[in-house]
Amino acid sequence: MADKLFYFLTFLALLSALMVVFSRNPIHSVLYLILTFFTLSGHYVLLNAQFIAAVNIIVYAGAIMVLFLFVVMFLNLRSETQEKTSILSKVASVTAAGLLMVVLVAALKDVNLGTVQATPDFDSQVGMVEQLGKVLFSKFLLPFELASVLFLAAMVGAVMLGRREPGEQNTF
Amino acid sequence: MESVLIFKAIFILVVFGITLLTATYSTLAERKVAGFLQDRLGPDRAGPYGLLQPLADAVKMFFKEEFIPSSANKWLFIAGPSLAMLTALMTSAVVPFGDSIIWDGQEFKLQGMEINIGILYVFGIVSLGVYGIMVGGWASNNKFSLLGAIRAASQNISYELAMGLSIIAIMMMTGSLDLNAVVKGQAGFHGMAWNVFYQPLACIIFIVCAFAECNRTPFDLPECETELVGGYHTEYSSMKLGLYLFSEYTNMFVSSAVISILFFGGYNFPGQDLLPFSHNVITIIGAAVFFGKILFFIFFFMWVRWTLPRFRYDQLMGLGWKSLLPLAIVNVMITGAVILLTGK
Repeated sequence: MADKLFYFLTFLALLSALMVVFSRNPIHSVLYLILTFFTLSGHYVLLNAQFIAAVNIIVYAGAIMVLFLFVVMFLNLRSETQEKTSILSKVASVTAAGLLMVVLVAALKDVNLGTVQATPDFDSQVGMVEQLGKVLFSKFLLPFELASVLFLAAMVGAVMLGRREPGEQNTF
Repeated sequence: MESVLIFKAIFILVVFGITLLTATYSTLAERKVAGFLQDRLGPDRAGPYGLLQPLADAVKMFFKEEFIPSSANKWLFIAGPSLAMLTALMTSAVVPFGDSIIWDGQEFKLQGMEINIGILYVFGIVSLGVYGIMVGGWASNNKFSLLGAIRAASQNISYELAMGLSIIAIMMMTGSLDLNAVVKGQAGFHGMAWNVFYQPLACIIFIVCAFAECNRTPFDLPECETELVGGYHTEYSSMKLGLYLFSEYTNMFVSSAVISILFFGGYNFPGQDLLPFSHNVITIIGAAVFFGKILFFIFFFMWVRWTLPRFRYDQLMGLGWKSLLPLAIVNVMITGAVILLTGK
């Protein structure tokens, strides 16, 4: 049952991820990206990591993608008004993506796809909120706090950039 | 195991039916309450006391012309109201409507889905609720609809933050993300240890944010008819418009349920441990009391709608970012300090 669900979710994830790239309409791309996040959350649930699944939905699908959609709607891009990309940027993007593919193939070609044996000390509750919280606030306390500081810096930076200078008028 | 699954299937269907029925009659109640608050009668022609009015409205909606603007994005135009209704109905899956029924030595929980991240589930679905409005507003290919959609998005994002932070204080007190545990945690003092007495500030912030997330007056800027004609549903007609309007009432029902659970004791009622009844009877009374609380909050939603005027847009943003968000953060810090000092 679980492996059938896995293949179904993987199929959906790959399909929607490909549609993100191939859609001519930016709004469709954003909506397919939201679908991709949902399928990834499904994968997290299959891995018994409910907390990460829920947070993935709340943060990515619920907040960040709303802002994406917001900006794309404001720009109101249409497929017919898409600007032409130059040959140089096409060559550059193909090179970059090709290099990434080479790296991924090199990294994954020796992966053993055999079945994983569950060890006796395997804890199926490892992805639950309580376990995650305990680990996050004991073993990984320093990285956690550093990430918080990073977020704070980013927030202050965003406020600084968006702030109206003294005497500046609202332009819209 | 099998009997539990059958029970769950029936229970989910019953919850689905009750949600829709309550939302249907909320449309009538809204007009009756409006009539009462404005000292007039409200609809009273269709059936005794106007009780058949929702049916008449539905028939009217179904017989209206189905219209899709030629320049609209057809698929997304249809997807918009469907998404709005879908997200409105999904939340009630984790709502605990009562404690549990013990039948034949087996315990049946009156909750559709017993997951230990219930609050996060509710929060996730709430944050998705705006997509129905955004997709529909954009797909209409109309400037007014687009403005309504954009307003809905920015309002939703702004109030979600304060809402989440106000819930964090409750989570800190309960020590769990499970909605059933939140209700059980309020059972002290003979069923009167409601979170609203411990967290009045969080309660006010949450209710204000719930109004904003449901797009109810005074926060109904996305469909502000004096500025935006009809807002995001300007181009909609027939049952697609009906779904948008109906999803608002469904959202109200679910929000009322969540407010009752988080702050007003859920299915706990005063004196529940003093009554000489069996567990099952107490559960049924508790479920009835819970519905009473839900109906009260639906009335509260309507009361506010017909009492307060709409905010201006900059006032709305100012309230969200400059008042509610700092207050919610202060509330979390105070809660943390108190828990640290009293050690409970």
